[in-house]
Amino acid sequence: MSVSYAFILMLLGCSLVTAIPRMLPFLVMRNMNISEPILKWLSYIPICIFSALIIESFMTNGAGGFQIHWLELVAVIATLLISLLTRSLLWTVILGVAMMAILRLIL
Amino acid sequence: MGDQAGNITFQQGVKDCIPTLLGYISIGIAAGVAGVAADLSVLEVTLLAIFVYAGAAQFIICAMLLTNSTTLAIIVTTFIVNFRHFLLGATLAPLFQKDSMLKNIGISLLVTDESFGVASMKLAKREPIYSAWMNGLNITAYIVWIISCAVGGLIGKLIPNPAIFGLDFALTAMFVALFVFQLQSVPKSKLRHIMFLILYMLIFMIGLSFIVSMNVAVVLSTLIVATIGVVTDR
Repeated sequence: MSVSYAFILMLLGCSLVTAIPRMLPFLVMRNMNISEPILKWLSYIPICIFSALIIESFMTNGAGGFQIHWLELVAVIATLLISLLTRSLLWTVILGVAMMAILRLIL
Repeated sequence: MGDQAGNITFQQGVKDCIPTLLGYISIGIAAGVAGVAADLSVLEVTLLAIFVYAGAAQFIICAMLLTNSTTLAIIVTTFIVNFRHFLLGATLAPLFQKDSMLKNIGISLLVTDESFGVASMKLAKREPIYSAWMNGLNITAYIVWIISCAVGGLIGKLIPNPAIFGLDFALTAMFVALFVFQLQSVPKSKLRHIMFLILYMLIFMIGLSFIVSMNVAVVLSTLIVATIGVVTDR
């Protein structure tokens, strides 16, 4: 069990750049009356961000060029169906993980 | 609201956190394993969980440590990956305007994709959200995450590759469930509009991925498409 000096430096930096975006809206929006269009805009954020995070899970565009990860895409679609059927967060995660494991095992 | 009511609300927050715990546990263990694989000590893995407390960032930090990236590069990347928390916070912050500055800071530091998801589920059902409830939700997740990362670090040597067990997919599965909950809260008359926005998200994510990194594409696409949503809303 040890902590290196370089690690402490990185830890401090990473904590700071994580804490600031988290705190900022709570500090800035405290004494503000938020206008109707902004509220409307904010109401679209959840669906957009979750779409983005899901899309991010089945494609990459790095050194190897644009790629769609078909295995992940199949798993995402199946998980989508599971979620619609069970309507349960817990079951979606359990069955989603189990299905991914099975997909990797057979393919 | 008296203390008694506050306690009950806090406990309800703890309860509402339970369905998300499997996600935190499996991803936390995976993050711990990844940390050990990147030559971090169990203590260092635990410190990351305590002070950074962001799953995606912790994975990327480990990946970058493995490729000998500079400390500055790691910090900049962490900032980019975690900037979406600004958007999550912007949605939640108006709910806690009546609470003290200190309470707001406390809540803000523990906001995650999942706690945001649970809170926005409650919002979609038009239920009120109290700071005590949010704290119950946040603190439960925080403690479970720290323990899971530490345990992951300890068993890191036993499971060389958690991906085989599909554990890495827990995060995506949770996002899918939260996405479906959002979709269910949309009134029927607006469903068509939302479907178009999701299609736009796909287009912008693919297009932007050729210009910026995937993590930046997540933030930019969200900003752009939420704006399209407001403009095209009737």
